[in-house]
Amino acid sequence: MPWDRNDMAARAAKELQDGYYVNLGIGIPTLVANNIPGGMTVTLQSENGMLGIGPFPYDDEVDPDLINAGKQTISELPQSSYFDSAQSFAMIRGGHIDLAVLGGMEVSEKGDLANWMVPGKMIKGMGGAMDLVAGVKKIIVVMEHTSKAGDAKFIPECTLPLTGKNVVDMIITDLAVFHRPDHDSPFKLIELAPGVTADEVRQKTSARYVE
Amino acid sequence: MQKIYPNAEAALEGLLRDGLILAAGGFGLCGIPERLIDAVVASGVKGLTIASNNAGIDNEGLGKLLRTRQVAKMISSYVGENKEFERQFLAGELEVEFCPQGTLAERMRAGGAGIPGFYTKTGVGTQVAEGKEVKAFDGEDYILERGIRADVSLIKGWKADESGNLMFRKTARNFNLPAATCGRVCVAEVEEIVPVGSLDPDCIHLPSIYVNRLILGAPYDKKIEFRTVRERETA
Repeated sequence: MPWDRNDMAARAAKELQDGYYVNLGIGIPTLVANNIPGGMTVTLQSENGMLGIGPFPYDDEVDPDLINAGKQTISELPQSSYFDSAQSFAMIRGGHIDLAVLGGMEVSEKGDLANWMVPGKMIKGMGGAMDLVAGVKKIIVVMEHTSKAGDAKFIPECTLPLTGKNVVDMIITDLAVFHRPDHDSPFKLIELAPGVTADEVRQKTSARYVE
Repeated sequence: MQKIYPNAEAALEGLLRDGLILAAGGFGLCGIPERLIDAVVASGVKGLTIASNNAGIDNEGLGKLLRTRQVAKMISSYVGENKEFERQFLAGELEVEFCPQGTLAERMRAGGAGIPGFYTKTGVGTQVAEGKEVKAFDGEDYILERGIRADVSLIKGWKADESGNLMFRKTARNFNLPAATCGRVCVAEVEEIVPVGSLDPDCIHLPSIYVNRLILGAPYDKKIEFRTVRERETA
Protein backbone atom coordinates (compact mmCIF):
# COMPACT_ATOMS: atom_id res chain seq x y z
CA MET A 1 0.00 0.00 0.00
CA PRO A 2 1.59 3.28 -1.07
CA TRP A 3 1.41 6.11 1.44
CA ASP A 4 -1.51 8.54 1.20
CA ARG A 5 -1.16 12.31 1.63
CA ASN A 6 -1.38 12.16 5.38
CA ASP A 7 1.07 9.24 5.62
CA MET A 8 3.57 11.26 3.58
CA ALA A 9 3.11 14.23 5.90
CA ALA A 10 3.50 11.94 8.93
CA ARG A 11 6.73 10.57 7.45
CA ALA A 12 8.04 14.13 6.97
CA ALA A 13 7.10 14.88 10.59
CA LYS A 14 9.54 12.17 11.72
CA GLU A 15 12.32 14.52 10.62
CA LEU A 16 11.26 17.16 13.16
CA GLN A 17 13.38 17.74 16.21
CA ASP A 18 12.64 19.47 19.49
CA GLY A 19 13.24 23.20 19.19
CA TYR A 20 13.05 23.29 15.40
CA TYR A 21 11.80 26.36 13.53
CA VAL A 22 10.01 25.08 10.44
CA ASN A 23 8.37 26.47 7.30
CA LEU A 24 5.68 24.35 5.66
CA GLY A 25 4.63 24.82 2.04
CA ILE A 26 1.09 24.68 0.70
CA GLY A 27 -0.66 21.31 0.11
CA ILE A 28 0.64 18.07 1.66
CA PRO A 29 3.40 19.93 3.59
CA THR A 30 0.72 21.83 5.54
CA LEU A 31 -0.51 18.46 6.91
CA VAL A 32 2.85 18.04 8.68
CA ALA A 33 1.49 20.44 11.32
CA ASN A 34 -1.07 17.81 12.38
CA ASN A 35 1.67 15.24 12.94
CA ILE A 36 4.07 17.03 15.30
CA PRO A 37 5.03 14.45 17.97
CA GLY A 38 3.56 15.16 21.42
CA GLY A 39 5.92 16.82 23.89
CA MET A 40 8.03 18.27 21.09
CA THR A 41 8.28 22.05 20.66
CA VAL A 42 8.22 22.95 16.98
CA THR A 43 7.64 26.56 15.91
CA LEU A 44 6.07 27.09 12.51
CA GLN A 45 7.07 30.12 10.47
CA SER A 46 4.75 31.82 8.01
CA GLU A 47 6.75 33.83 5.48
CA ASN A 48 4.21 36.65 5.40
CA GLY A 49 5.52 37.58 8.84
CA MET A 50 4.80 35.29 11.78
CA LEU A 51 6.50 32.78 14.02
CA GLY A 52 4.26 30.43 15.98
CA ILE A 53 1.34 29.60 13.67
CA GLY A 54 -1.67 28.41 15.64
CA PRO A 55 -4.55 26.23 14.42
CA PHE A 56 -7.34 27.47 12.16
CA PRO A 57 -9.53 29.84 14.20
CA TYR A 58 -13.01 29.13 15.49
CA ASP A 59 -15.67 30.79 13.36
CA ASP A 60 -16.12 33.71 15.77
CA GLU A 61 -12.36 34.29 16.08
CA VAL A 62 -11.57 34.78 12.39
CA ASP A 63 -9.35 37.85 11.93
CA PRO A 64 -8.64 39.25 8.43
CA ASP A 65 -5.30 40.61 9.74
CA LEU A 66 -4.14 37.11 10.67
CA ILE A 67 -3.41 34.83 7.74
CA ASN A 68 -0.78 32.32 6.68
CA ALA A 69 1.30 32.38 3.49
CA GLY A 70 -1.49 30.47 1.72
CA LYS A 71 -3.76 33.42 2.64
CA GLN A 72 -5.88 31.20 4.92
CA THR A 73 -7.13 32.56 8.24
CA ILE A 74 -5.17 31.19 11.21
CA SER A 75 -4.80 31.87 14.95
CA GLU A 76 -1.91 32.92 17.16
CA LEU A 77 -0.25 31.14 20.10
CA PRO A 78 1.02 32.63 23.37
CA GLN A 79 4.60 32.47 22.01
CA SER A 80 3.78 33.93 18.55
CA SER A 81 5.54 36.96 17.14
CA TYR A 82 4.93 39.15 14.09
CA PHE A 83 7.39 40.93 11.82
CA ASP A 84 7.62 42.46 8.37
CA SER A 85 8.44 40.63 5.12
CA ALA A 86 12.06 41.82 4.98
CA GLN A 87 12.67 40.50 8.50
CA SER A 88 10.83 37.28 7.64
CA PHE A 89 13.08 36.56 4.70
CA ALA A 90 16.17 37.68 6.59
CA MET A 91 15.53 34.76 8.95
CA ILE A 92 14.92 32.45 5.98
CA ARG A 93 17.86 33.61 3.85
CA GLY A 94 20.10 33.90 6.88
CA GLY A 95 19.85 30.20 7.64
CA HIS A 96 17.88 30.56 10.88
CA ILE A 97 15.05 28.23 9.82
CA ASP A 98 15.93 24.58 10.47
CA LEU A 99 13.65 22.85 8.02
CA ALA A 100 11.29 23.54 5.14
CA VAL A 101 8.87 20.99 3.74
CA LEU A 102 7.78 21.85 0.20
CA GLY A 103 5.82 20.36 -2.65
CA GLY A 104 7.54 19.50 -5.93
CA MET A 105 6.85 18.91 -9.60
CA GLU A 106 10.32 17.52 -10.38
CA VAL A 107 13.48 16.77 -8.43
CA SER A 108 16.72 15.90 -10.22
CA GLU A 109 19.29 13.37 -9.04
CA LYS A 110 21.59 16.33 -8.27
CA GLY A 111 19.00 17.82 -5.93
CA ASP A 112 17.61 20.50 -8.24
CA LEU A 113 13.97 21.37 -7.55
CA ALA A 114 11.31 22.57 -10.01
CA ASN A 115 8.01 23.56 -8.42
CA TRP A 116 6.98 27.01 -9.61
CA MET A 117 6.07 27.10 -13.28
CA VAL A 118 5.06 25.02 -16.27
CA PRO A 119 5.92 26.70 -19.60
CA GLY A 120 2.80 27.36 -21.66
CA LYS A 121 0.58 27.51 -18.59
CA MET A 122 -0.27 30.67 -16.69
CA ILE A 123 2.67 31.66 -14.50
CA LYS A 124 1.56 32.52 -10.99
CA GLY A 125 5.01 33.23 -9.63
CA MET A 126 7.48 31.64 -7.26
CA GLY A 127 6.29 33.35 -4.09
CA GLY A 128 8.81 32.55 -1.36
CA ALA A 129 9.89 29.13 -2.67
CA MET A 130 13.21 30.28 -4.19
CA ASP A 131 14.17 32.08 -1.00
CA LEU A 132 13.28 29.06 1.14
CA VAL A 133 15.33 26.56 -0.86
CA ALA A 134 18.29 28.96 -0.96
CA GLY A 135 18.33 29.73 2.75
CA VAL A 136 16.75 27.03 4.92
CA LYS A 137 19.15 24.50 6.47
CA LYS A 138 17.30 21.36 5.36
CA ILE A 139 14.84 20.97 2.47
CA ILE A 140 12.38 18.08 2.29
CA VAL A 141 10.30 17.71 -0.87
CA VAL A 142 7.04 15.80 -0.55
CA MET A 143 5.46 14.76 -3.85
CA GLU A 144 3.72 11.91 -5.66
CA HIS A 145 6.28 9.52 -7.09
CA THR A 146 4.94 9.87 -10.63
CA SER A 147 2.84 12.41 -12.53
CA LYS A 148 -0.82 11.75 -13.35
CA ALA A 149 0.41 10.51 -16.75
CA GLY A 150 2.67 8.02 -14.95
CA ASP A 151 5.96 9.79 -15.69
CA ALA A 152 8.77 9.76 -13.16
CA LYS A 153 9.20 12.99 -11.14
CA PHE A 154 12.55 12.05 -9.59
CA ILE A 155 14.60 12.30 -12.77
CA PRO A 156 18.17 12.80 -14.08
CA GLU A 157 17.67 16.48 -15.02
CA CYS A 158 14.67 18.73 -14.40
CA THR A 159 12.77 19.65 -17.56
CA LEU A 160 10.82 22.48 -15.90
CA PRO A 161 12.29 25.85 -14.87
CA LEU A 162 14.19 25.49 -11.60
CA THR A 163 13.26 26.82 -8.20
CA GLY A 164 16.74 26.06 -6.93
CA LYS A 165 19.87 24.22 -7.96
CA ASN A 166 21.31 21.49 -5.74
CA VAL A 167 19.04 22.33 -2.81
CA VAL A 168 17.02 19.20 -1.89
CA ASP A 169 18.12 17.02 1.06
CA MET A 170 15.26 14.52 1.23
CA ILE A 171 12.44 13.36 -1.05
CA ILE A 172 9.33 11.72 0.37
CA THR A 173 6.95 10.22 -2.20
CA ASP A 174 3.95 7.94 -1.86
CA LEU A 175 6.32 5.02 -2.53
CA ALA A 176 9.63 5.74 -0.87
CA VAL A 177 12.05 8.05 0.94
CA PHE A 178 15.36 9.20 -0.55
CA HIS A 179 17.98 11.05 1.45
CA ARG A 180 21.46 12.42 1.03
CA PRO A 181 23.74 13.50 3.88
CA ASP A 182 25.18 16.49 2.00
CA HIS A 183 24.90 18.29 -1.33
CA ASP A 184 27.85 16.44 -2.89
CA SER A 185 26.45 12.95 -2.29
CA PRO A 186 23.94 11.01 -4.37
CA PHE A 187 20.47 10.29 -3.01
CA LYS A 188 20.02 6.96 -1.26
CA LEU A 189 16.80 4.99 -1.04
CA ILE A 190 16.33 4.68 2.72
CA GLU A 191 12.74 3.57 3.13
CA LEU A 192 9.84 1.97 1.25
CA ALA A 193 6.13 2.46 1.86
CA PRO A 194 4.48 -0.71 3.20
CA GLY A 195 4.11 -3.35 0.47
CA VAL A 196 6.15 -1.33 -2.05
CA THR A 197 9.23 -3.09 -3.43
CA ALA A 198 12.58 -1.62 -4.35
CA ASP A 199 11.94 -3.04 -7.81
CA GLU A 200 8.74 -1.03 -8.24
CA VAL A 201 10.57 2.14 -7.14
CA ARG A 202 13.34 1.41 -9.62
CA GLN A 203 10.79 1.04 -12.44
CA LYS A 204 9.10 4.34 -11.61
CA THR A 205 12.27 6.38 -11.13
CA SER A 206 14.58 7.62 -13.88
CA ALA A 207 17.03 9.39 -11.53
CA ARG A 208 20.13 7.52 -10.44
CA TYR A 209 20.25 6.80 -6.71
CA VAL A 210 22.00 4.47 -4.33
CA GLU A 211 20.15 1.51 -2.82
CA MET B 1 4.26 70.30 9.62
CA GLN B 2 0.84 68.86 9.13
CA LYS B 3 0.91 65.25 7.87
CA ILE B 4 -2.76 64.48 8.27
CA TYR B 5 -4.93 64.89 5.17
CA PRO B 6 -8.74 64.78 5.08
CA ASN B 7 -8.93 61.91 2.58
CA ALA B 8 -6.96 59.78 0.13
CA GLU B 9 -7.51 62.10 -2.82
CA ALA B 10 -6.14 65.06 -0.89
CA ALA B 11 -3.19 63.02 0.40
CA LEU B 12 -2.17 62.09 -3.15
CA GLU B 13 -2.56 65.57 -4.57
CA GLY B 14 0.52 66.66 -6.53
CA LEU B 15 2.11 63.23 -6.31
CA LEU B 16 0.50 61.32 -9.16
CA ARG B 17 1.47 61.37 -12.83
CA ASP B 18 1.62 58.88 -15.71
CA GLY B 19 4.50 56.41 -15.66
CA LEU B 20 5.04 56.62 -11.91
CA ILE B 21 6.78 53.88 -9.90
CA LEU B 22 4.67 52.90 -6.90
CA ALA B 23 5.52 50.55 -4.03
CA ALA B 24 2.49 49.08 -2.29
CA GLY B 25 2.20 47.12 0.95
CA GLY B 26 0.00 44.10 1.59
CA PHE B 27 0.09 40.33 1.26
CA GLY B 28 -2.86 39.03 -0.71
CA LEU B 29 -5.68 41.25 0.52
CA CYS B 30 -4.21 41.45 4.04
CA GLY B 31 -2.96 44.93 4.91
CA ILE B 32 -3.55 46.53 1.52
CA PRO B 33 -3.90 50.32 1.21
CA GLU B 34 -7.49 50.19 -0.09
CA ARG B 35 -8.41 53.86 0.19
CA LEU B 36 -5.23 54.99 -1.54
CA ILE B 37 -5.65 52.43 -4.33
CA ASP B 38 -9.21 53.69 -4.88
CA ALA B 39 -7.87 57.24 -5.12
CA VAL B 40 -5.22 56.22 -7.67
CA VAL B 41 -7.98 54.55 -9.71
CA ALA B 42 -10.07 57.74 -9.54
CA SER B 43 -7.10 59.90 -10.55
CA GLY B 44 -6.90 58.12 -13.91
CA VAL B 45 -3.07 58.13 -14.06
CA LYS B 46 -1.72 55.49 -16.46
CA GLY B 47 1.38 53.50 -17.31
CA LEU B 48 2.17 52.76 -13.69
CA THR B 49 4.92 50.41 -12.53
CA ILE B 50 3.92 48.83 -9.24
CA ALA B 51 6.18 46.89 -6.89
CA SER B 52 3.86 44.81 -4.74
CA ASN B 53 4.05 41.19 -3.58
CA ASN B 54 0.70 40.41 -5.20
CA ALA B 55 -1.54 42.09 -7.76
CA GLY B 56 -4.81 41.88 -5.85
CA ILE B 57 -7.66 39.72 -7.04
CA ASP B 58 -10.41 40.51 -9.52
CA ASN B 59 -11.74 43.92 -8.56
CA GLU B 60 -10.09 43.95 -5.13
CA GLY B 61 -6.89 45.72 -4.17
CA LEU B 62 -4.53 46.37 -7.07
CA GLY B 63 -6.93 44.31 -9.21
CA LYS B 64 -8.98 47.52 -9.50
CA LEU B 65 -6.06 49.31 -11.18
CA LEU B 66 -5.59 46.39 -13.55
CA ARG B 67 -9.25 46.47 -14.52
CA THR B 68 -8.95 50.12 -15.51
CA ARG B 69 -5.69 49.34 -17.39
CA GLN B 70 -3.66 51.87 -15.46
CA VAL B 71 -0.78 49.46 -14.84
CA ALA B 72 2.03 48.92 -17.37
CA LYS B 73 4.25 46.72 -15.23
CA MET B 74 4.07 44.70 -12.03
CA ILE B 75 7.07 43.62 -9.93
CA SER B 76 5.61 40.77 -7.88
CA SER B 77 6.31 37.32 -6.46
CA TYR B 78 2.86 35.78 -6.82
CA VAL B 79 -0.06 36.82 -9.02
CA GLY B 80 -2.49 33.88 -8.84
CA GLU B 81 -6.22 34.14 -8.21
CA ASN B 82 -6.64 37.03 -10.66
CA LYS B 83 -8.45 36.43 -13.97
CA GLU B 84 -8.07 39.95 -15.36
CA PHE B 85 -4.36 39.88 -14.60
CA GLU B 86 -4.08 36.58 -16.43
CA ARG B 87 -5.95 37.91 -19.45
CA GLN B 88 -3.80 41.05 -19.77
CA PHE B 89 -0.59 39.13 -19.15
CA LEU B 90 -1.35 36.48 -21.76
CA ALA B 91 -2.44 39.18 -24.24
CA GLY B 92 0.91 40.90 -23.75
CA GLU B 93 -0.75 44.06 -22.43
CA LEU B 94 0.94 43.90 -19.05
CA GLU B 95 4.62 43.43 -18.27
CA VAL B 96 5.49 41.34 -15.22
CA GLU B 97 8.83 41.04 -13.49
CA PHE B 98 8.64 37.98 -11.26
CA CYS B 99 10.78 38.51 -8.21
CA PRO B 100 11.22 36.00 -5.38
CA GLN B 101 9.28 37.18 -2.34
CA GLY B 102 12.26 37.61 -0.04
CA THR B 103 14.28 39.29 -2.76
CA LEU B 104 11.40 41.72 -3.35
CA ALA B 105 11.16 42.56 0.35
CA GLU B 106 14.92 43.05 0.55
CA ARG B 107 14.97 45.15 -2.65
CA MET B 108 12.49 47.52 -1.00
CA ARG B 109 14.36 47.49 2.30
CA ALA B 110 17.68 48.09 0.52
CA GLY B 111 16.24 50.87 -1.64
CA GLY B 112 14.96 52.62 1.45
CA ALA B 113 18.24 52.12 3.28
CA GLY B 114 20.40 53.66 0.56
CA ILE B 115 21.75 50.33 -0.66
CA PRO B 116 21.64 50.23 -4.48
CA GLY B 117 22.27 46.49 -4.76
CA PHE B 118 22.97 43.37 -2.73
CA TYR B 119 24.06 39.79 -3.36
CA THR B 120 21.75 36.88 -2.56
CA LYS B 121 21.76 33.13 -3.02
CA THR B 122 18.05 33.20 -3.88
CA GLY B 123 17.51 32.35 -7.55
CA VAL B 124 21.06 31.24 -8.36
CA GLY B 125 20.93 28.81 -11.30
CA THR B 126 17.31 29.73 -12.15
CA GLN B 127 15.58 32.05 -14.64
CA VAL B 128 15.73 34.77 -11.99
CA ALA B 129 19.53 34.89 -12.34
CA GLU B 130 19.44 35.54 -16.10
CA GLY B 131 21.30 38.71 -16.99
CA LYS B 132 22.44 39.34 -13.42
CA GLU B 133 25.99 39.50 -12.11
CA VAL B 134 27.09 36.33 -10.32
CA LYS B 135 29.78 36.59 -7.67
CA ALA B 136 31.31 33.89 -5.48
CA PHE B 137 31.74 34.52 -1.76
CA ASP B 138 33.47 31.83 0.31
CA GLY B 139 33.02 29.33 -2.50
CA GLU B 140 29.29 29.91 -3.04
CA ASP B 141 27.59 31.78 -5.87
CA TYR B 142 25.36 34.78 -5.26
CA ILE B 143 23.49 37.06 -7.68
CA LEU B 144 23.32 40.83 -7.64
CA GLU B 145 19.83 42.26 -7.06
CA ARG B 146 18.99 45.95 -7.21
CA GLY B 147 17.37 48.00 -4.48
CA ILE B 148 14.01 49.54 -5.42
CA ARG B 149 13.39 53.26 -5.13
CA ALA B 150 9.76 54.16 -5.74
CA ASP B 151 8.32 57.58 -6.46
CA VAL B 152 5.46 57.01 -4.05
CA SER B 153 4.80 54.34 -1.41
CA LEU B 154 1.25 53.43 -0.51
CA ILE B 155 0.85 51.63 2.80
CA LYS B 156 -1.79 50.56 5.28
CA GLY B 157 -1.16 50.66 9.04
CA TRP B 158 -3.24 50.03 12.13
CA LYS B 159 -2.62 53.02 14.40
CA ALA B 160 -0.59 56.15 13.92
CA ASP B 161 -0.04 59.17 16.10
CA GLU B 162 -0.42 62.67 14.68
CA SER B 163 3.32 62.87 13.98
CA GLY B 164 3.21 59.75 11.80
CA ASN B 165 4.66 57.15 14.18
CA LEU B 166 2.92 54.01 13.10
CA MET B 167 2.02 50.53 14.29
CA PHE B 168 0.81 47.57 12.28
CA ARG B 169 -1.45 44.76 13.39
CA LYS B 170 -0.56 41.02 13.22
CA THR B 171 0.29 39.72 9.74
CA ALA B 172 -0.99 42.90 8.09
CA ARG B 173 2.51 44.33 8.63
CA ASN B 174 4.06 42.23 5.83
CA PHE B 175 5.34 44.38 2.93
CA ASN B 176 3.96 47.62 4.38
CA LEU B 177 7.10 48.31 6.34
CA PRO B 178 9.73 47.80 3.61
CA ALA B 179 7.44 49.47 1.03
CA ALA B 180 7.10 52.53 3.27
CA THR B 181 10.83 53.05 3.44
CA CYS B 182 11.59 52.80 -0.29
CA GLY B 183 9.36 55.62 -1.55
CA ARG B 184 10.51 59.20 -2.01
CA VAL B 185 7.11 60.07 -0.54
CA CYS B 186 5.19 57.62 1.64
CA VAL B 187 1.44 57.98 2.03
CA ALA B 188 -0.08 55.90 4.81
CA GLU B 189 -3.68 55.08 5.63
CA VAL B 190 -4.55 53.82 9.08
CA GLU B 191 -7.53 52.61 11.09
CA GLU B 192 -7.00 55.06 13.90
CA ILE B 193 -5.08 58.30 14.44
CA VAL B 194 -4.25 59.05 18.06
CA PRO B 195 -2.71 62.13 19.74
CA VAL B 196 1.07 62.34 20.03
CA GLY B 197 2.12 60.66 23.27
CA SER B 198 -0.54 57.94 23.16
CA LEU B 199 1.72 55.31 21.63
CA ASP B 200 4.59 53.76 23.59
CA PRO B 201 7.79 54.90 21.79
CA ASP B 202 9.20 51.41 22.39
CA CYS B 203 6.36 49.88 20.37
CA ILE B 204 6.54 51.93 17.17
CA HIS B 205 7.00 49.67 14.13
CA LEU B 206 7.53 52.47 11.58
CA PRO B 207 9.08 55.72 12.90
CA SER B 208 7.43 58.95 11.73
CA ILE B 209 10.38 59.90 9.51
CA TYR B 210 9.12 57.39 6.94
CA VAL B 211 5.52 58.67 6.90
CA ASN B 212 5.03 61.87 4.89
CA ARG B 213 1.28 61.95 4.53
CA LEU B 214 -1.38 60.26 6.61
CA ILE B 215 -5.10 59.64 6.36
CA LEU B 216 -7.71 57.99 8.51
CA GLY B 217 -9.09 55.25 6.26
CA ALA B 218 -11.68 53.78 8.65
CA PRO B 219 -14.17 52.19 8.58
CA TYR B 220 -12.65 49.13 6.89
CA ASP B 221 -14.47 46.15 5.55
CA LYS B 222 -11.46 43.83 5.46
CA LYS B 223 -11.70 41.10 2.87
CA ILE B 224 -10.63 37.50 3.47
CA GLU B 225 -9.41 35.39 0.55
CA PHE B 226 -9.61 31.96 2.16
CA ARG B 227 -11.73 31.76 5.28
CA THR B 228 -10.60 28.60 7.07
CA VAL B 229 -12.02 27.61 10.45
CA ARG B 230 -12.11 24.65 12.82
CA GLU B 231 -15.13 23.19 14.53
CA ARG B 232 -15.62 23.80 18.21
CA GLU B 233 -15.67 20.46 20.02
CA THR B 234 -19.09 19.87 21.54
CA ALA B 235 -19.29 18.44 25.03
